[in-house]
Amino acid sequence: MTKPWDATSEQLLRELAPQVLGSVARRFHDFAAAEDAAQEAMIAAFTQWPKEGVPDNPRGWLIHVACRRMADHVRSEIARRSRETAVAAEAETFSPTLEIEADMDPDDTLILLFMCCHPALTLPSAIALTLRAVGGLTTAEIAHAFLVPEATMAQRISRAKQTIKASGVPFRLPSPHERLERLPAVLHVLYLIFSEGYVSSIGSNLQRLDLAREAIRLTHNMKTLLPDNSEVAGLMALMLLTDARRAARTGPDEELIPLDKQDRTLWDRAEISEGIELLTAALSKASVGLYQLQAAIAAVHDEAASAEDTDWPQILALYELLKRVAPSPMVTLNHAIAAAMVYGPAKGLELLRALDSDPRIAGHYRLDAVRAHLLEKMGDHEVAIKHYRIAAARTTSMPERNYLTAQAARLAGD
Amino acid sequence: MKYMVMMNTMKAGQGVPAWPKKDLQAHIAFMMGLNKELHERGELVSAEGLSFPNQAKLVRAGKDGRPITDGVFPESKEFLAGFWIIDVDGPERAYAIAARISAAPGAGGTPLNMPIELRPIMSGPPQEMV
Repeated sequence: MTKPWDATSEQLLRELAPQVLGSVARRFHDFAAAEDAAQEAMIAAFTQWPKEGVPDNPRGWLIHVACRRMADHVRSEIARRSRETAVAAEAETFSPTLEIEADMDPDDTLILLFMCCHPALTLPSAIALTLRAVGGLTTAEIAHAFLVPEATMAQRISRAKQTIKASGVPFRLPSPHERLERLPAVLHVLYLIFSEGYVSSIGSNLQRLDLAREAIRLTHNMKTLLPDNSEVAGLMALMLLTDARRAARTGPDEELIPLDKQDRTLWDRAEISEGIELLTAALSKASVGLYQLQAAIAAVHDEAASAEDTDWPQILALYELLKRVAPSPMVTLNHAIAAAMVYGPAKGLELLRALDSDPRIAGHYRLDAVRAHLLEKMGDHEVAIKHYRIAAARTTSMPERNYLTAQAARLAGD
Repeated sequence: MKYMVMMNTMKAGQGVPAWPKKDLQAHIAFMMGLNKELHERGELVSAEGLSFPNQAKLVRAGKDGRPITDGVFPESKEFLAGFWIIDVDGPERAYAIAARISAAPGAGGTPLNMPIELRPIMSGPPQEMV
């Protein structure tokens, strides 16, 4: 008995991916090989199900195929080195139909997330491995999303798994203490997947896999597994409240439209409501963290009917909190912008001066871009043009360079 | 982060370096080994070597829009010999790779210490958040 393949089937496959991997990894005690086997099962399903229909027990089907691949792998390993007899015996006697339903562990996805965001991995490796092992994406899809050859992405993933193997981390949930300690790294990886997707999802890049959607889906899963963690909820809210502005963020020629010039009727009201609801619940719970504060700032923007209606004093207060919770030069920069909106551009320019001696941001294009913007507000067009042009020459983002060059040209033409 | 790594070694008019066979082989082996390593680390997007300067043409559009080709003049100081596109964790790793290429072995196995130009590749819009 099968069901026809439809729009929800692909989603179902991706949801099952970490469960299949978890089940196989726990059985065979070999994460790296289990991950390959799970990926092969996913690809088999993507090839067969659209033609033959979705099996009645899709999870069982996937685990069965993955275990068969795994057994093949173990057998060929045995042929090379004969010592792992215990695992080999397990591979021989495994009867998937009987055991599949019993070995489901809801924590598998969480275990995998912690594993894939292991501190021994570089960020690009952690991102790629998370998307494949937890997100159920194929190597080809991930490679395409990051605009690198598939062989390069395959190597990155394989190397990441070797690193995890070498670190000897067991396939189990970290202790509550360790989980708390490592949660920021997991959230950071999810956040980076989101921003990679968000920044690249314009115009000619639209056909790329929607990484922002994937990040929202993974964070949503994480929130289901850790319902009481207010930073997970904060990150989820931040993603929704940011993603809601996606359609208004670029113009017909892919040019960037800054927040104050966006057509707010294009903002996704449903995403905004969902984000605000999540955030409100999170803020009422525990101590406020980095993601909740950023989400709160995004919410103030999203709730303003027009740029003029923005509650800047509240945004300023939130940046002051953020400066204490998670100080960084970028926060100081945004704090200066908020201060300029409340007390006038002179105040903002005064606060920016403190950043000129900070090597982490002096020379960064954003500092010049903000300074240009504030100088323009002061009416000092000549110096503003100079800073817009410095910023344009310093950015490595093409749309940003076009935007800043256009700002300079606009003022020069006055 | 993606970077273009450019190896500017050749001078226009210069042909194949007159190194002993052993040294040429060591140089080629070094480059192949480096490419293999970059690939295995999942950092190599592409790598291309370019033909010698005597194959290069300068092209301009004439008044009617048709191409006018010209040779490259011997006084050109530097000439692009090849390039890599790499995707790495951050600038430090890109510097390290560029330094490796700079020290590729030349005649007698002595490091060439060539100047390597490293340029970030422009990306999509930056993140708007903190």
